[in-house]
Amino acid sequence: MASGSDVVVLVATRKGAWLYRSDSTRRGFRVDGPHFLGHIVSHVVLDPRDRRTLLAAAKTGHLGPTIFRSTDLGKTWAEAKRPPAFTKAPEGVKGRAVDHTFWLTPCGPSEPNAWYAGTSPQGLFRSDDGGETWEPLNGFNDDPQYRLWMGGEQDGTPDGPKLHSILVDPRDGQHLYLGMSSGGVHESLDGGKSWAPLIDGLEVVEGLDATDATFHDPHCVRLCPSDPDRLYQQNHCGIYRLDRPGRTWQRVGKAMPGDVGDVGFPLVVHPRDRDTVWVFPMNGETVWPRTSPGGRPAAYVTRDGGRSWQRQDAGLPPEQAWWTVKRQAMCSDQGTPLGLYLGTTSGELWQSRNEGEDWQLVARHLPEIYAVEALGLSA
Amino acid sequence: MKVSIPSPLLSYTRRSEVDAEGTTLAELMADLDRQFPGLRFRVIDEQDRLRPHVRFFVNGEQILDLSRKLEATDSVQIVQALSGG
Repeated sequence: MASGSDVVVLVATRKGAWLYRSDSTRRGFRVDGPHFLGHIVSHVVLDPRDRRTLLAAAKTGHLGPTIFRSTDLGKTWAEAKRPPAFTKAPEGVKGRAVDHTFWLTPCGPSEPNAWYAGTSPQGLFRSDDGGETWEPLNGFNDDPQYRLWMGGEQDGTPDGPKLHSILVDPRDGQHLYLGMSSGGVHESLDGGKSWAPLIDGLEVVEGLDATDATFHDPHCVRLCPSDPDRLYQQNHCGIYRLDRPGRTWQRVGKAMPGDVGDVGFPLVVHPRDRDTVWVFPMNGETVWPRTSPGGRPAAYVTRDGGRSWQRQDAGLPPEQAWWTVKRQAMCSDQGTPLGLYLGTTSGELWQSRNEGEDWQLVARHLPEIYAVEALGLSA
Repeated sequence: MKVSIPSPLLSYTRRSEVDAEGTTLAELMADLDRQFPGLRFRVIDEQDRLRPHVRFFVNGEQILDLSRKLEATDSVQIVQALSGG
């Protein structure tokens, strides 16, 4: 990268985690892994506050969920002393149990050891000791209205309902957003004690009531680091932008080509330009294949806040590539030009060193990729 | 008493048979967790329910109730059930 920083790409898969490291050129990656071979790893995140601490959300087919923590970039790992878990229900009441932690978010620099976690079934958790112990935010998790919006175990994704896209306003750690699949986008102004829906303007599947958060399915919500008042989201029903203090999302995906559509899972915002965003469309026709439209994978970029979109497929397979890229499986580093990375459910890791102008294969034959995160190893 | 440990839990115990104490299965699991921190939560959830793909056998009999009484001479097996590919 132009900044001279080495970069690490963290790949979470259904069978373990891999770390790919490169120097600032981002040409040629050294593989470090597998870590936790056989574990279902939903997310691995490097703490941007120290660039050494890693948290990994894992479970296995047999064993319950946990969090692994490394303070030396994956050389050694230790398990959380108290992983995310719901409060035990009173006698006679059926309580919920965390099946897996799905999403990890480090808080801002003013809260150096604080993290949030989102789980399946949907719950919100916080750690104030760098991921060693986790506490449920019961004001949210047990709120009757939110429990209704979260729905039952049949109301989420094929892998279960997900609480995801936990966003912390870099100017104010009390100001949070989150996404629920299903259940909508929500905002808190008091550090997660109370929440309110932020769903105006979002469409839902035809015939359902768009005023009811139950029917909303944000796949991936992102906040622009260069302008925290701007949010984008890839939703089940299109690509949207929201400029605060406004409350009504605008469907900017309508400018996408009609034969591609604006359905997908991941969305990447440029860390230095609030108008530049990437998506990776999926086929949302008829029975919802959720594969690259026409078997021709491509990223689409907007550089004008969603008014227009350009196709970026140079280097990607030109045909018969029926990829699925999950919501956590596309990201950027912070280099100049920006590097992009994506992982497929068929186990391929791809990169672009030039903001999507062309793409190169980094690794293949990996297990199903759930999440890809990238970060420079120095600020 | 002797407790047989399945392979997914060897990262905690490092051996396939360990000694643990308790007058009930719940107490036995609490003792195992004291000896091998974190083990219990991987097999019993926060509502004190057995996780879906783990089973307990006492003297060869499958036990689903954590309040099941145990004798010092009992043999306990923790078994991994099928969990897909």
